[in-house]
Amino acid sequence: MQGVIPYIINGISAGGQYALIAIGYTLVYGILRLINFAHGDVFMVAGLIMVYASSSMPMYLAIPLVLVCTVALGFVIERVAYKPLRSAPRMSLMISAIGVSYLIQNLAFYLTGGLAQAVVNPIPWISDSVEVFGASTKRVTLVTPALTILLVIGLVYLIKKTKIGMAMRAASRDFETAQLMGIKINRVISATFVVGSFLAAVGAMLYFTNYPSVSVTSGAMPGLKAFVAAVFGGIGSIPGAVVGAFIIGICEEFIKYLGYTTFSDAFTFALLIVVLCVKPTGLFGEKVTDKV
Amino acid sequence: MNLKKKQTILVASVLLIVLIGAIALDAAFPSYHIVIKVVKKAAVYSLVAVSMNLLNGFTGLFSLGQAGFMLLGAYTYAILSIPVSLRATVYQYFDGGLVQFSIPEFFSGLMGESVGGTVGMLLTLILGGLVAALLAFLIGLPVLRLKSDYLAIATLGFAEILRAFVQWDKLGPLTNSSNLLKSYPEFKTATAYVIIIGLFVAVIVLLVNSTYGRAFMAIRDDEVAAQAMGINLAKHKRMAFVISSFFAGIGGGMLAMYMGAVQALSFRSSMTYEILLIVVIGGIGSITGSVLTSFVYVAGVEWLLRGLDSGEFMGIVAPGIFKNGFRMAVVSVLIMVVVLFFRKGIMGDKELPDLLKKRPRKAKKKEAAK
Amino acid sequence: MKKLIALMLAMLMAFSLVACGGGSEGGNNGEKVVKIGVYEPQTGDNGAGGKQEILGMQYGNYVQPTVEINGETYQVKLEIVDNRTTAENGPSAASELVNRKVSIVLGSYGSGVSAAGAKVFNEANVAAIGVTCTNPIVTAGNPAYFRICFTDPFQGPALASYAKDGLGVSKAYTLAMLGSDYDQGLVKFFTPAFEKLGGSVKSEDFPEGTANFVSYINNAKDAGAGVIFAPVSINYAQLIIEAAASQGYEGVILGSDTWDSNKVAEATVGKDVTVAVTTFYQEGADAEFDAGIKEWINSDADAKANNGGNDQVSAVTVMGYDAYFVALEALKKAGTTDPAKVLEVLPDVTHEGVCGKVVFGAEGDAVRDMAVIKQANPETGAWDFVKIQQVG
Repeated sequence: MQGVIPYIINGISAGGQYALIAIGYTLVYGILRLINFAHGDVFMVAGLIMVYASSSMPMYLAIPLVLVCTVALGFVIERVAYKPLRSAPRMSLMISAIGVSYLIQNLAFYLTGGLAQAVVNPIPWISDSVEVFGASTKRVTLVTPALTILLVIGLVYLIKKTKIGMAMRAASRDFETAQLMGIKINRVISATFVVGSFLAAVGAMLYFTNYPSVSVTSGAMPGLKAFVAAVFGGIGSIPGAVVGAFIIGICEEFIKYLGYTTFSDAFTFALLIVVLCVKPTGLFGEKVTDKV
Repeated sequence: MNLKKKQTILVASVLLIVLIGAIALDAAFPSYHIVIKVVKKAAVYSLVAVSMNLLNGFTGLFSLGQAGFMLLGAYTYAILSIPVSLRATVYQYFDGGLVQFSIPEFFSGLMGESVGGTVGMLLTLILGGLVAALLAFLIGLPVLRLKSDYLAIATLGFAEILRAFVQWDKLGPLTNSSNLLKSYPEFKTATAYVIIIGLFVAVIVLLVNSTYGRAFMAIRDDEVAAQAMGINLAKHKRMAFVISSFFAGIGGGMLAMYMGAVQALSFRSSMTYEILLIVVIGGIGSITGSVLTSFVYVAGVEWLLRGLDSGEFMGIVAPGIFKNGFRMAVVSVLIMVVVLFFRKGIMGDKELPDLLKKRPRKAKKKEAAK
Repeated sequence: MKKLIALMLAMLMAFSLVACGGGSEGGNNGEKVVKIGVYEPQTGDNGAGGKQEILGMQYGNYVQPTVEINGETYQVKLEIVDNRTTAENGPSAASELVNRKVSIVLGSYGSGVSAAGAKVFNEANVAAIGVTCTNPIVTAGNPAYFRICFTDPFQGPALASYAKDGLGVSKAYTLAMLGSDYDQGLVKFFTPAFEKLGGSVKSEDFPEGTANFVSYINNAKDAGAGVIFAPVSINYAQLIIEAAASQGYEGVILGSDTWDSNKVAEATVGKDVTVAVTTFYQEGADAEFDAGIKEWINSDADAKANNGGNDQVSAVTVMGYDAYFVALEALKKAGTTDPAKVLEVLPDVTHEGVCGKVVFGAEGDAVRDMAVIKQANPETGAWDFVKIQQVG
């Protein structure tokens, strides 16, 4: 018996995957105050593109292609569905996000014929099996958290040190003032979506290496969990999203270890509601007050 | 004739036409006909959409828990109304289940088959609404303090938690866990659906036009200002939430009737999204819009647009394009077009009587400039 | 006013649609046509399985496109309607079929949605033949619903006795999707049967949309289970196999009839796992039939795509094929295309199908007392025959 170790390894891996998606939610929310419901579906589309690309071209072409296509998708979604609603109430924006999610799922459904698309050609090396502390797992399980942390460091650097990063921070602080200061707000928002989609694409490639197929609804659950993680960590905060994702990932597997498998999803939501009620801004979030 | 009178006549005649239409359809088609099914489902969806509109459109609370409350209503109705003799088959894994009575049966024993049955069914439906309302009250205590999108996510989470509980094996003797509940009584005619749903919607209309309704709208337009005007925010929000859930629960019970077999799995968050999109297309803040859209949407998706999936639509045969899933793809594109370009939906915030009002030119221009 | 006009236009459009819908039902150049309704999921969780089942009916229609009814030759037309796997879409899909004036209905894959449609077929007096919906609740108390497959009260114990006596395992772990009546129902029949044989069972559920089964496999290992019984849909089956392989699970993974798909067998390729299933038919049992359907699948790109990209024949496809011929038999026997008449004669219809003889017994369920056990071959990605399992 290996005890709890395999569960924790599995939880860390799941956490790493959630983290890559959660950052996308948190970045967008930080600037637009929008829960981008379509983000989980962007993740799914990245997985689908990966399936198609990897079966028709060599891996060194397929991976960049997935990244480019996913980033383009994120960019287009923002331009088409969110930009026209910049001055509309927040509820309209959120409804538009739900609409986009609905649209992507249905289109993907139509194009795939509603069948799960098999991952025939997973990325080599990371899909090999390895042994850790006597528990066997795929190498991707170990690669994911490491890569996540590397990407987050890069992202934090981007946000703290570069010009576009500063613009992002300014925009998330105060949208209108940032505009008055000469920041091209549309470019900043597009950049946010590009970064978010890029991370989702990386996440999707790692995630679907683990699994045999991608189906139209594969994005829904990880998307929702990642969103919960983002809220849990304090939406708008990048370290918060990452920490939240790892906590959610580990807790979830731990619940299964304890044998309450029926409630593994319910537990995630219960945790969310408790956090929202006790500390609505999450672990690392900043307090926002409404101005009259 | 003054405007008021005209409006009354318009509303009355539309209602009458709908009622006569329903009776005519019942007479013309057998109960299993697609038209009857569409009318029934659309009627149910309109009640649920209106209840969601009451919360999201009139009070400005963005809640995504509708499917959870419908689930409660549906299960309450099904559990309390399955005839005792059939419980052994339905609860096949739980020795006939825990509940060993049936409210409609009890009343038909009391007042005769047709009258008692109907009374019992109605009471059970309302009971389902009450259960949903009670839970909404409890959930609302912590959740309603949250701001817009946090509220949306928290309610969505609650709906998912509810679903897990209903499917829990330990509750099996009560809920039949993951298995279907079926064999409960239902209203056979579309007319019955239309009348019942019509009554409930009328109650909501009265509510919206009362002082409470005005308070709801004041909260939507500006919370801080509403508070300054002396409106008790917590009380009114809770009230809107509980009332909306009550009607969602009744809608859920009616949906269970329509489906003939009910399963917790049906009430997932995508159902909430579907209803939300109906509300949006109809116009946030318009009851007429929600009802109208429910009918158009259900008729389109369930019936008229089916050809898009099976290769032939409006005489165009194109099996390569019109294949499975095309229908929903087209519908979702249409939805996005409405969301982006007709942001006010079909009706905006207008109701049926408002159609007779003539707007001054200036106001119209202002609207366009916006 | 603008709004009003827009509204009117929308109504007008709706009406013209109705008119078109009505208009296209015209005759077929004098040729007589009988319609067989196909009530199957093409989308949703069971979309893949539903499509394979339809494939069998389409092949049946290709082999035998006409039927002799009362001395006249009728063209058989399949009316396929998607019920989207879920119960809430069942009634309208069912009444759409009734509306298209079908004489008899075949389907569905998945018990929940079958039960939801059952009521409509009953009201309309149209006979429906369940092809692979194994839950007893589908036909119980419904005179219009029949079925040609075995039922869960048979399949559960059959699997249990295979696990206990065939594999010699005393501890089983069951895994079913939360909210799926099919999964849960089968577990409910498996568990007491297995316990009665002296074994012990640990049961767990997973929520819809789960992709990571590693922890479940570890739970099974911790429980010391020699067999994992997971009667889940095809997508989850693939995920479970993947997780079991990565965790080095050494016992046997046991699946139900849903697992009998080439996609599941392919998922085991190159992995160190043992997967066994109960099913209705073994490829190779009828060489002539196999050759014919393979040729047809390979010649039709759509059919091949619906079969998951290769020509391995799934049992559900063969069952769909058998169901089609049972329907033809019923039409011949009724001597008319009137659905009520077809329903009347259906209980007495018998048919010697590819999967064995179909005779309807009590509640309209086919009398079947044996199941085929197959095992996935990790080298070829195909199913190998193991044995014929009977209960006891």
